[in-house]
Amino acid sequence: MPCLSCNDLRVSFRIRKKSAYAVRGVSFSVDDRATLGIVGESGCGKSVTAAAIMRLVPAPPGKIESGAILFEEKDLLTIPEKEMRGVRGRRISMVFQDPMTSLNPVFTCGDQTAEPLILHKGMDKRAAAELSMELFSEVGIAEPKRVFESYPHNLSGGMRQRVMIAMALACSPKLLIADEPTTALDVTVQARLLELLKKLQDAKDMSMILITHNLGIVAGMARHVIVMYAGELVESAPTRTLFEAPRHPYTECLLKTIPSIDKRGERLTVIPGTVPTPFEIPDGCLFHPRCPKAKDVCRKERPALHCVDERGITDNDVNADNDKHHVRCHLYV
Amino acid sequence: MCDINTVNTDDNGDGIVNSGTDNRINNDIRINTDSGIDPNNRANDICVDIQNLNVRFPTRSGLMGKISGWTKAVDGISFGIRRGETFSVVGESGCGKTTAAMAVMGLIKPTSGDIRLYLGDYKEKSTQWADLHGGERKRLRRLVQIVFQDPYSSLNPRMTVRSILSEPFAIHNLYGKKEREARIAELLDRVGLSTAYLDRYPHEFSGGQRQRVGIARALATSPEFIVADEPVSALDVSIQAQIINLLQDLQRRYSQTMLFISHDLAVVRHIADRIAVMYRGKIMEMGDNEAIFASHAHPYTELLLKSVPTAGTGTVVTATPKVSTIGDDKDVSTTGNGAGCAFYPRCPRRCDRCVNETPELNDLGSGHFVACFCA
Repeated sequence: MPCLSCNDLRVSFRIRKKSAYAVRGVSFSVDDRATLGIVGESGCGKSVTAAAIMRLVPAPPGKIESGAILFEEKDLLTIPEKEMRGVRGRRISMVFQDPMTSLNPVFTCGDQTAEPLILHKGMDKRAAAELSMELFSEVGIAEPKRVFESYPHNLSGGMRQRVMIAMALACSPKLLIADEPTTALDVTVQARLLELLKKLQDAKDMSMILITHNLGIVAGMARHVIVMYAGELVESAPTRTLFEAPRHPYTECLLKTIPSIDKRGERLTVIPGTVPTPFEIPDGCLFHPRCPKAKDVCRKERPALHCVDERGITDNDVNADNDKHHVRCHLYV
Repeated sequence: MCDINTVNTDDNGDGIVNSGTDNRINNDIRINTDSGIDPNNRANDICVDIQNLNVRFPTRSGLMGKISGWTKAVDGISFGIRRGETFSVVGESGCGKTTAAMAVMGLIKPTSGDIRLYLGDYKEKSTQWADLHGGERKRLRRLVQIVFQDPYSSLNPRMTVRSILSEPFAIHNLYGKKEREARIAELLDRVGLSTAYLDRYPHEFSGGQRQRVGIARALATSPEFIVADEPVSALDVSIQAQIINLLQDLQRRYSQTMLFISHDLAVVRHIADRIAVMYRGKIMEMGDNEAIFASHAHPYTELLLKSVPTAGTGTVVTATPKVSTIGDDKDVSTTGNGAGCAFYPRCPRRCDRCVNETPELNDLGSGHFVACFCA
């Protein structure tokens, strides 16, 4: 029984009287107590997918066109807003990318961490304060009392991100969505925070969706990975399979662009061009203009998602099984 | 001080970087057979020589802003950059790497220490920013350019690419009108942009294209020395690869001397000839690329390397490294009285000696220096 499953999610944005899909039919599921990694370049729809799960897509211009997100036997897209408010921050919570801007500068860190406890759990101020400080020490803040009374601008980036994590964990959520949680941070701080997230996940029986463009982080953290391109899911597989035998040319390219610290570089492989905006979606396979292996059929027909086995041969059984390797590419038909 | 050996330094003062091949190139996989650059002793063909550089900023407190202490942003660092090489400074944010670069650029006045530049007219006898004024300063400024970190905020949104790229020519009064046009086209070609983009504004470009414009602008005046301050850290992985390749091409084809500031070790591994690792204003370790990555001796370098999450095709998936054994960074303020090793609070190999004595950079041979008692 997966913790959350998302079926055929479509999100559109209406800009200057033109409407375009930012997420076009994405399906995935997050296993209980496991981490799902979502990777792709900027503009691939990763963050919009996360926002849709939380129902935080700004509407208008955004609109969730169709799909279902099943979580604890409810469809998060159809329940009333009032009920959603009980899910948001309590059962599913989110750590945002930029700790510099996602904390409120005019409230102390303590006030902000205590807020969900007071709202969701009905605690009084003192109990909430005590629990907040406990949370602070749990996320590895050395002086919880000082941080409790500090304003965000008094803290370093790593500390602020810890406060964000403490806040997200306040109500012991079932699912944590981490949207590029360490992108703005130094490598050493990043390593420490990822270690912390892993530890907390085990301790609290939490599932996690980890959104990042850093494949190295996914390799160390996630059990399954989905790769998104231009709003579409192009490949999904268990982490090890994806790194050892990537099938989609986009995933291959992404893996090759990372400079490695093990060897002194030849030229890095680059993916020519950029991700198409939702308004300039090409015909056929969305990746074909940048694909080194594009064939004629790729320019005309949009490929469907196929299931492939370890030898790269298609088997027709497309189901939502996370341990299967799915790929959206004509090469494997 | 004039024992430098200036071989192959073309002095055609027209400031045009020869687009032909140059015999100073191919120093990319260079293994030092000489003693490298001793921090106290200049070796041959140095472009920028930094000796005991200190930059301090006052910390003010109270209503009247009384100076209550000094922050040592850069604390007595020395290194030399050879002509045609890419020298990289790595470290976490706040370690003073950008401050050091700004001092080298002459944009910050150092508290003490020497920054000797062997550029242009001063190729033989060297000069310092402090000795130059007015026109002289401006002439040297032409030869030292910078590429900024954030391509979104370092280009004027109200100027077209054409005006952005012709501004350096106007400022330094270079070339006639027709020649400028030709130069601009050449610059765009060099950074891989089409001339069709000339009349577009920065907001019409992607991050990678903007950074290309930023690089073209830095190349406009044919500088002998470029500072690149985290030029790829604001970019996506795939775009990052394009910009790294571009910088590598410039470096190989035109043997551009470059000071490359970064916190990303994988990028540095790819692009740098020599590397200095900075921590709290001090150089902890310095050596050529292989020395730092394959036989590093300082515990801080090791910590940095262990912190890099890795993944690659065909490689076994490695878990995020454990760093919890290494102390927290709670004591990272740069104020303190300065006794003892700066890395002491976080060091896994610390000993009693590290508390009271500050380790000096120690030569391990072939240009590899480390500031640690245990190495």
